[in-house]
Amino acid sequence: MRDFSYLRAASTEEASQAAREAGAMLLAGGTTLLDLAKCGVAEPDTVIDITHLSGLGGIAVDANGAMIGALAKMGEVADDPLIKAAFPAVAESLSLAASQQLRNMATIGGNLLQRTRCTYFRDPAVFPACNKRNPGSGCSAMGGVTRNHAVLGTSEACIASNPGDLALALVAFDAVIETGSRKVAADDFFLLPGHTPEKETVLQPGEIITGISIPASAAAKNSTYLKVRDRQSYEFAAASAAVGLEFEMDGKTVRDIRVALGGVATKPWRARAVEKALIGKVLDLVAIEKATKLAMEGAVSHGDNHYKIDLAPRVIARAIMKVATSNVAPSNVGGLA
Amino acid sequence: MTRTIHLSLDINGERRELDVEPRVTLLDALRDHLALTGTKKGCDQGQCGACTCHVDDKRVLSCLTLAAQVEGRQVTTIEGLADENGVLHAVQSAFIEHDAFQCGYCTPGQIMSAVACIREGHAGSDAEIREYMSGNLCRCGAYNNIVVAVREAAKAVSAPARMVEVA
Repeated sequence: MRDFSYLRAASTEEASQAAREAGAMLLAGGTTLLDLAKCGVAEPDTVIDITHLSGLGGIAVDANGAMIGALAKMGEVADDPLIKAAFPAVAESLSLAASQQLRNMATIGGNLLQRTRCTYFRDPAVFPACNKRNPGSGCSAMGGVTRNHAVLGTSEACIASNPGDLALALVAFDAVIETGSRKVAADDFFLLPGHTPEKETVLQPGEIITGISIPASAAAKNSTYLKVRDRQSYEFAAASAAVGLEFEMDGKTVRDIRVALGGVATKPWRARAVEKALIGKVLDLVAIEKATKLAMEGAVSHGDNHYKIDLAPRVIARAIMKVATSNVAPSNVGGLA
Repeated sequence: MTRTIHLSLDINGERRELDVEPRVTLLDALRDHLALTGTKKGCDQGQCGACTCHVDDKRVLSCLTLAAQVEGRQVTTIEGLADENGVLHAVQSAFIEHDAFQCGYCTPGQIMSAVACIREGHAGSDAEIREYMSGNLCRCGAYNNIVVAVREAAKAVSAPARMVEVA
């Protein structure tokens, strides 16, 4: 790890000002920044520690929704009883991510800014070509081992998948990312790689995430996060889904459904085609199977990751079945025992 | 251009002063500057859990924490777990009792993680212990006995204090 100078910011304004300088990087939980500095991917000249700042933490939940401070820790939010009750998918996405040690360190704001786990991105010594690290240098993943790479939202420049879990739940339930100066819908916060894979979010230099608000909804209350991976715990998703469901009074017709996908796309992926196909429909296995396949429209595989195109719709289907039967008598849902 | 910063850290209840480069992690500060080598360096990338310590009673990875970040916080390492008379913590005793290791390299991290796991209330069943201890890898594969040790230590910790002293 290259040496850097260390600044403990006294205020958000001071941190923001200092972060505008070239070579400056913000340090919150540090779990991504220090990891990438050790890999030689991040080479900050100045590290600006914001962990001691007051006013950026805390979790507040009321009838309208939740407000989560950017410096709240992943573990705090995962264990918060009010978040668990009103937004189960949010709590589950966090408790199924990383390990308890990392969840005690990593912040909610930092979690949204975690970088891809693409092996080629993380190994500059062996693979100098990476458009995300070094724009215009090429992509080492193309033609390489692509088991963990994206099938949705890819471009000729980059096929790295977004590794987030929480971000899916935020995108599914219309959360808003707040910075000192503006509020951005979670779905608009993340960018597709296109020709500029080095730019992953809409954040401007010096702009600091201050918090996240999530509006309450019946679908968010009846929600789940399902994560399928190569080992049972402490692993990134092969495919994952955040799903929320609200039935009409009849208990079987879909009034509102939210579906977002992870492990398969270059950004947290809202599967609106699946939602649209199911709203107003009576939920049964045939309808679910047909609708979930729509999530993979436009998917492009690169050999090793082809399995994701089959896997992801099944993960969504399982998550839908779980929320469909969680608060309704199974006999009300045709074919969903 | 070596720039050092002066840090005053609270390690196992003692005030320790040191001058280090800003990039020095808590793990390297403990091992190389403070001669506290009980905390182990495994992967040094946040993937194995061997370097687990407590900061303000929460378990964290010292390899991904800058020493500068813990100024003003209380750090506890494996050396700070036994009481002032050298009586082992219930989790340490349970690891010996149930043979919860082979080579021992991951053991300090396993024990620090287990102490926190029990304190968090995440040791309610074997399945829960396996999930909440998943950040600590053991290359010898001593997992079965580690789960037994954590389960038994959780019972000992929740028993009245007098019972723990006898054990």
